[in-house]
Amino acid sequence: MALVGKAVKRKEDPRLITGEARYLEDINLPGMTHIAILRSPHAHANIVSINTEAAAAVPGVVGVYTGQDFMDVNPLPCPWPAGGVENNLNTPRALEVEKVTHVGAGVAVVVAEDRATAQDAVELIDVEWEVLPAVTDAEEATFEGAPQLHENAPNNVCMEWDCGDQAGADSALASSDVVVKQRLRNQRLIPTPMETRGCIAQHEPVNGEYTIWMTSQAPHVHRLLFTAFIFGVPENKVRVISPQIGGGFGAKIFMYPEYVLTTALSKKVGRPVKWVETRSENYIATTHGRDHVTDVEVGANRDGTITALKVKTYANLGGILSTVAPGIPTTLYGRMLSGAYQFPNIYCHVTGVYTNTGMVDAYRGAGRPEATYVVERAVDLVASELGMDPVEVRRKNFVPNDAFPYEPNDNLLNGLSYDSGDYDKALDMALEMTGYEDFRAEQAAARAEGRYLGIGFSTYIEICGIAPSAWMFGEGWGAALWESANVRMHITGDVVVTTGSQSHGQGHETSVAQLVADELGVSMDQVHVQHSDTLGTPFGYGTYGSRSTAVGGVAVWRSLQRIKEKARAIAAHEFEADIEDVEYIVNEEGVGKVQVKGSPDQSKVVGEFMGIATSAAGGWSLPGDMEPFLDETSYYDPPDCTYPFGTHICIVEVDAETGNVDIKRYIAVDDVGKVINPMIVDGQVHGGIAQGVAQALWEGAQYDENGQLVSGSLMDYAIPRADLLPSFELGRTETPTPNNPLGVKGAGETGTIAATPAVVNAVVDALSHLDVRHIDMPLTPSRVWETIKSHSNGGNS
Amino acid sequence: MKISVNVNGCTRESDVEARTLLVNYLRDELGLTGTKIGCDTSQCGACTVHMDGKALKSCTSLAVQADGCDVTTIEGLAQNGDLHPMQQSFWDNHGLQCGFCTPGMIMATTALLADNPNPDEDEIRHGLEGNLCRCTGYHNIVKAVAAAAQAGGD
Repeated sequence: MALVGKAVKRKEDPRLITGEARYLEDINLPGMTHIAILRSPHAHANIVSINTEAAAAVPGVVGVYTGQDFMDVNPLPCPWPAGGVENNLNTPRALEVEKVTHVGAGVAVVVAEDRATAQDAVELIDVEWEVLPAVTDAEEATFEGAPQLHENAPNNVCMEWDCGDQAGADSALASSDVVVKQRLRNQRLIPTPMETRGCIAQHEPVNGEYTIWMTSQAPHVHRLLFTAFIFGVPENKVRVISPQIGGGFGAKIFMYPEYVLTTALSKKVGRPVKWVETRSENYIATTHGRDHVTDVEVGANRDGTITALKVKTYANLGGILSTVAPGIPTTLYGRMLSGAYQFPNIYCHVTGVYTNTGMVDAYRGAGRPEATYVVERAVDLVASELGMDPVEVRRKNFVPNDAFPYEPNDNLLNGLSYDSGDYDKALDMALEMTGYEDFRAEQAAARAEGRYLGIGFSTYIEICGIAPSAWMFGEGWGAALWESANVRMHITGDVVVTTGSQSHGQGHETSVAQLVADELGVSMDQVHVQHSDTLGTPFGYGTYGSRSTAVGGVAVWRSLQRIKEKARAIAAHEFEADIEDVEYIVNEEGVGKVQVKGSPDQSKVVGEFMGIATSAAGGWSLPGDMEPFLDETSYYDPPDCTYPFGTHICIVEVDAETGNVDIKRYIAVDDVGKVINPMIVDGQVHGGIAQGVAQALWEGAQYDENGQLVSGSLMDYAIPRADLLPSFELGRTETPTPNNPLGVKGAGETGTIAATPAVVNAVVDALSHLDVRHIDMPLTPSRVWETIKSHSNGGNS
Repeated sequence: MKISVNVNGCTRESDVEARTLLVNYLRDELGLTGTKIGCDTSQCGACTVHMDGKALKSCTSLAVQADGCDVTTIEGLAQNGDLHPMQQSFWDNHGLQCGFCTPGMIMATTALLADNPNPDEDEIRHGLEGNLCRCTGYHNIVKAVAAAAQAGGD
């Protein structure tokens, strides 16, 4: 009756499908006030003066405040500067005081009895601005004469970072048979979880304690940042609760000015304060992702062996730094540029740049989609240059099965190694599902009719289960990255699991329960997984980087082993047997028992009332000095990350008349190691593919030359609708990681990482007969149509 | 302004500001927070409810427009503790992840099937045009609706 590996329906769903779940906006407290924030309409401006009198006079307004009122609150921290180099850090304050460097920066706030009054009053605040020239492109921002955003960042450079071997790459490129150069734009994306951000804070003057409900993917980290960095109060004075969360995709990891502002205000006004972001605010005030301009040079020999990859990237960090902004385009990008391949020479240089745009930080995949896009496009460029099948070039350069653990060349991974893989197997399965052998004939026949069919491949890897604390510390990360879990079996045999990681759609309450039910031999109904409240859960670093199962799941597993060990000791005492003679078994009905080996008469159920659970909780007769209760907390810090992989294949038809791209089929074979719940993993892959496809074809933040976000609403920013996407065809291989006892690698980001280059490669393939080698994303109909026109005699002969 | 609305089978009498949106009336006045607000441009569909049997984005309607109407929200869909077949199908087919778009999705798709009891995949996908989901890639939502349609036809 093993549950691990089965598509168990989610335990969290009943409250979600009936509307009973409480998200942040659904929470109201007695005496609660509401705020509205005055945000800068300018991308770059000095604040000359702010007049709040008219706003303060509006009936129902409790108070109006500016940045000057919060000078006793520290600026937000940036705990992940780029590792090993100098960083010119500039971070936001609760409200900006002297100048703003992006549209949407908060400069004043109204607290009122209700939200509508706050919104009405905020419009009466009068700010005198000295508007400055703006720059939005990362490369242009480094040019001489560009507007300067921050005094401590000459030429707007936050940091320069590199990895790999520059001399080796240069020399290999010089002696390669062919070298292909290409500029690639990885456009800015806006995460757009369906629930925007929000915060409710309550301060109790008597004991100085704050309770903060907030949209958080990492409540313990938020508490740490509030206490140690921002307010300078002990951790026991702040409780962070992350209620039901409506998606995050990275954007809800970070500390934001509004959270600090709401919390500080709750003390100032002596009443609970609630802030809920509007969708319009979400576009300008919540972090964006990607935004790289990259020059790639790739060398190869005639047989398709890639000899070197050299990458120079400008990473746009926005007007001011979000929490881990510099770490994303450095460690999580450069260190993954070997992809699934044995590139002998690699070099990557990154310039992190301030521009007058919204903050950029981790968005689903975070650095790794950008790296995969570079690598998978580079491989296709080589195939195209050599006239080879892109599948053949991939196979030629794959890390072979006998090379694991594989350490990428030029110390690219700074001491870590790819754990396990069988890249050909996933590719073979995907090709089989696609029917690749027949595709090329179909493509040729279609071309003869003037129809442009194309196929694109992405044989990706990713770095998941982001951890080793010591390694990440060496990469500039200013904290640790272990996870923890507590497992308690109560007197009735019910099991309560509390985790430091957090679930905002990933289904932890189900997948963790499956693990627990199997290990302890209890039913799914007996397992209750709790998270997201710093009061009552052990510390953890949160949910991102596909790490909750690969790191947090192992902490649960360790606690389970300790519980089983203690259950055996209690049983040995009761049966007057040697502990070595007592085994913990889970029978065919899934019932966990401790019994004396070979003596089924001497056996006792663990997880039921009057079972071992009761013996332990009652504590009436325990061996020696054993403490009562089955209650174990474990911490897990893995020795290395995990490295999922797979093959995604996309088939498109490009309309020669309109440039519209129609996805005919999408095939994905992912290997995420051992799978606990295939239904949940498939769901993660579906959603990831949709976001990856959307980057390739539709999404992209657009700024005008003044730094105004013109794609600042759901009307203008093209997140995909159901009618734009096909159903996806999924396959799976299962190569466990040796890096953890569960064999799990992580599944949250594979789709987003793999899909984007698969789609772009397919469109370029569809137009390859017109000698098209590259088109920058998003591949909108107009951009594709223009490419067709410029590469042919009309392209639609 | 005084309004009388039949919400989930109960008549509710309220005095609302003329500018109050239906969604704010349901959430703030009646405490029916299952209906969600996901945007401010009527794009996302998270606020979809039924008014007189038709799906409606409750952010596009004023509360006063619901005067004298029957409104059903996600809280009123299950009957006597039994899930509506569409709710059941979303659960069975993993048609939700974070759950935020789900009430609107369920309200929109129940109305879709009322109009067209046997939609094909294309019709389902077009029927979902007014509802955005960022988690599922729509794959399992489409599957859930198709399964609910099939169950309804048996």
